[in-house]
Amino acid sequence: MDKKTVEQIAHLARLDINEKDIPEYVTNLTNILALVEQMNTVATDSVEPMAHPTDAVQRLREDIVTATNQRERFQAVAPQVEKGLYLVPQVIE
Amino acid sequence: MQWEVVIGLEIHAQLATKSKIFSGSSTAFGAEPNTQANEVDLGLPGVLPVMNKQALNMAIKFGTAINAEIGKRSVFDRKNYFYPDLPKGYQTTQLALPIVGLGSVDIELKDGRTKTIGVTRAHLEEDAGKSLHEDFSGATGIDLNRAGTPLIEIVSEPDMRSTEEAVAYMRKIHSIVTYIGICDGNMQEGSFRCDANVSMRPKGQEEFGTRTELKNINSFRFVERAINVEIERQIDILESGGTVVQETRLYDSNKNETRSMRSKEDAMDYRYFPDPDLLPIVVTDDEIEAIRKTLPELPDAKKVRFMSEYKLNAEDAGNLTASLELANYFETVTKEIDDSKLAANWIMGELTARLNKENLTVKSLPVSASQFAGLLARIKDNTISGKIAKDVFDTMWNEGSEADSIIESKGLKQINDTGALEAMVDKVIADNPNQVEQFKAGKEKLMGFFVGQIMKQTQGKANPGQINQLLKKKLGSS
Amino acid sequence: MHTKTIAQLAAGLKAGEFSSVELTQHYINRIQTFDNGLNSYISLTEERALAQAKRADERIAAGKAHVLTGIPVAQKDIFCSDGVKTSCGSKMLDNFIAPYDASVIESFNNAGSVMLGKTNMDEFAMGSSNETSFYGPVKNPWNVDCVPGGSSGGSAASVAARLAPASTGTDTGGSIRQPAALCNLTGLKPSYGRVSRYGMIAFASSLDQAGTFTQTAEDAALMLSVMAGLDVRDSTSIDEPVPDYSASLNNDVKGLKVGLPKEYFADGLDADVAKRVDDAISEYKKLGAEFFDISLPNTHLSVPAYYIVAPAECSSNLSRFDGVRFGYRCEEPKDLEDLYKRSRGEGFGSEVKRRILVGAYALSSGYYDAYYLKAQKIRRLIANDFTEAFKQVDVIMSPTTPTPAFKVGEKDDDPISMYYSDIYTIAVNLAGLPGISVPCGFVNALPVGLQIIAPYFAEAKLLNVAHQYQQVTDWHQQMPETFK
Repeated sequence: MDKKTVEQIAHLARLDINEKDIPEYVTNLTNILALVEQMNTVATDSVEPMAHPTDAVQRLREDIVTATNQRERFQAVAPQVEKGLYLVPQVIE
Repeated sequence: MQWEVVIGLEIHAQLATKSKIFSGSSTAFGAEPNTQANEVDLGLPGVLPVMNKQALNMAIKFGTAINAEIGKRSVFDRKNYFYPDLPKGYQTTQLALPIVGLGSVDIELKDGRTKTIGVTRAHLEEDAGKSLHEDFSGATGIDLNRAGTPLIEIVSEPDMRSTEEAVAYMRKIHSIVTYIGICDGNMQEGSFRCDANVSMRPKGQEEFGTRTELKNINSFRFVERAINVEIERQIDILESGGTVVQETRLYDSNKNETRSMRSKEDAMDYRYFPDPDLLPIVVTDDEIEAIRKTLPELPDAKKVRFMSEYKLNAEDAGNLTASLELANYFETVTKEIDDSKLAANWIMGELTARLNKENLTVKSLPVSASQFAGLLARIKDNTISGKIAKDVFDTMWNEGSEADSIIESKGLKQINDTGALEAMVDKVIADNPNQVEQFKAGKEKLMGFFVGQIMKQTQGKANPGQINQLLKKKLGSS
Repeated sequence: MHTKTIAQLAAGLKAGEFSSVELTQHYINRIQTFDNGLNSYISLTEERALAQAKRADERIAAGKAHVLTGIPVAQKDIFCSDGVKTSCGSKMLDNFIAPYDASVIESFNNAGSVMLGKTNMDEFAMGSSNETSFYGPVKNPWNVDCVPGGSSGGSAASVAARLAPASTGTDTGGSIRQPAALCNLTGLKPSYGRVSRYGMIAFASSLDQAGTFTQTAEDAALMLSVMAGLDVRDSTSIDEPVPDYSASLNNDVKGLKVGLPKEYFADGLDADVAKRVDDAISEYKKLGAEFFDISLPNTHLSVPAYYIVAPAECSSNLSRFDGVRFGYRCEEPKDLEDLYKRSRGEGFGSEVKRRILVGAYALSSGYYDAYYLKAQKIRRLIANDFTEAFKQVDVIMSPTTPTPAFKVGEKDDDPISMYYSDIYTIAVNLAGLPGISVPCGFVNALPVGLQIIAPYFAEAKLLNVAHQYQQVTDWHQQMPETFK
């Protein structure tokens, strides 16, 4: 874990972090990774990973339209809208 | 050097469900922006997805149609990346355990060969919204109506070795998904679209070259063009000693070129992991078999039947069965007039040409199958000639009326009366002594001239077969 | 009125001793008097509360009351509440008026209870001390120099100071049980899937579970009855019948087999806390419970596994906070990337950012197997430990926390030491089990909690066991002097 890695992850996670805070993040992340290293003391080759606490399977819903147009309500909390669209700075593809 | 192209396609087919894959919002096309995006589609804080049963069944149906393994336990994963048309910051998709596993489809090539193309997998996922770049100066507008529309992404093996194969494969998948009713196949509306992975290698080399992924291909014509320009681009690079960069490229149909997509440059690390908000989907053999039983006659089977039942050659049968609507149209027409050859010729000739010219599909055809059969019936019983029939067809297309009433009102009925025709023939012979002389001297091409004269007089209504016979008799040829 | 339990208040409302409006006003007054020093509420929804109270009184008068009709409840500010600011303790959502109700809020509305306000919490429920809130730290009513625990610190402090008769919380790694222990409350974390997560702003989806803070187990039973049950909007909500939790409270615990996991009584446990827990064990023995030494051998891996699973899920769950459709947006973004990075960089606090970074790293290509997959396997081992244990015993008991409440600011510079304050609670979340913390005494005038863990969906057993203890002890009735 070093400055460059922290910057790369911060970019991946789209997080602006202050230059001056980077050393602290490096230390924090290093310590957390050291902590999780303990997991390697146990062999888990034959262990099934556990993604959910339960063994339940996915329930399915019927294909029915239940939603109504609530654009006004939802866009009342939006930072910037115009003509019903959410606006963001120009995207270049 | 001889180059060989290697192509794999990723086809996105929107499933024809009423509601979205994880919410109760409508999937109807063309609504006002963001009026079909509820709290789940918008990714508001706290919302959770619930899977649409119909989307699952449609995916399974596709799997059974291509004889694929069905994932009895499939899992949704999150594909994490930031993009404004992706509200949650991740796309819910399937990575390790897709609903449809290995399957295959057969494609027919122009040289008569049939080739099997492997389908690696088909997985369920949600579509993203749309970014609108045009209307706002310096800003992009986001419409999330499409966000959460169910898709299956059908991933082929890198089995295709030419643009022709790629197009044939795409057409075959299109036929299948529309035959089985899981996708409306509408490419203009983006219901069926494709990304192409293209790489080049020296012919004979086993190892694949570096591939590029072409995005945004939304018609059969563009898939052909996009791959062709990319092949040229890659060959240029390779032959000038360069190396192809693995990247995502956008096909620009206006400029007919591909270009690197800046926005996708650093989105490579998607940090996939199983979606904790959705549980594994489990399907039983019984459920799969029940869905398999709902499969209609598929394109390949229909083609074989058309060949034997209607005595069509492979090419005609293939063309007629490429689209279910066209096949149904053909069968209706054929049954009404009891002449498959005539129906096939006219449907693949005049009708298809007109559809292509107007950029329409059979679904939006203005001439119904029984109207069309009415027209062909008049050809068959000699009421009109083929040439006149084309004019009648044109009127039917534009005005929507029946063939008989057009023939009646325009007086287009063919002249079959031998006495009347004989008089015309005599007159033509009498009026053109020079030509008659030349004809008799051996210039048999002039037969056309005589026929033409009579057609001109009758505005094409004279029965061409009868005139030919009469002329031959009177001029003493044959 | 404010010393009464929900059960007592409900009886009072039913008997007409006071109205819900009077009761609600009483709590509003108390909040206005006392909360400045505690900071347990982010939003006080006075007008709405009084309107709800008025409707509740009408419903009671009409004889259509539910047990909780007219009972004021404080809601953790992690539950979306239609028309009310739902901040999740973050600057990111400081301007977010939720446009819909969480299922939990809807359930309480349907029962006719009154929402007093939204309680303070660690930002996005990430913290064990309620110091990461954008709205400032919450103080422990037992000693305002100390933390109330977290992340549901406001919910705990509000009930501890009797600024609400009960409150809701969420528990991802101990966020209900730990603050309940530090604030002398009964804190119930139900089984994963028992209470709908719909509308509850996600921290770590496979661990989060809503629960309650009450004075008594009896009240917890009433609260859980309202919240529990299948919700078709939450795919992870389980279709299991909801028993009558109150009906089994009075079953005796004679012959109850209790496991004491040796790993939960090892190094790191404060000696005085251990003593209080021993006292509780003695009380249970008097009631006829039988104790067995058991082992949960992978306990030491629960903190490491948790600090991969939870950040990984959080890094993805928090991606939707991007300044596009709701929430904080930075000033004058120069391009899309700037919009994302500054909105998120400025909108999230440092602990949230830390966890997002850890999570993104753990999921990134090349590290997934070593971290995330490994943690999911460890998680299985931890769950298996419990499965084995419950073959021998009915419930497991342990301290809820290794120490009583620590000082505000004490663990500021040491995230890892903070993480270890949840060492006894985290494994329960990884396994998805129900757990409860009940008051069992004091150390230096600071409360200590006893944790009881039951098998999956055995909340009724858990509440019964807790209730029986509260019949023979009065720790849970103690309240801090200052707030009487």
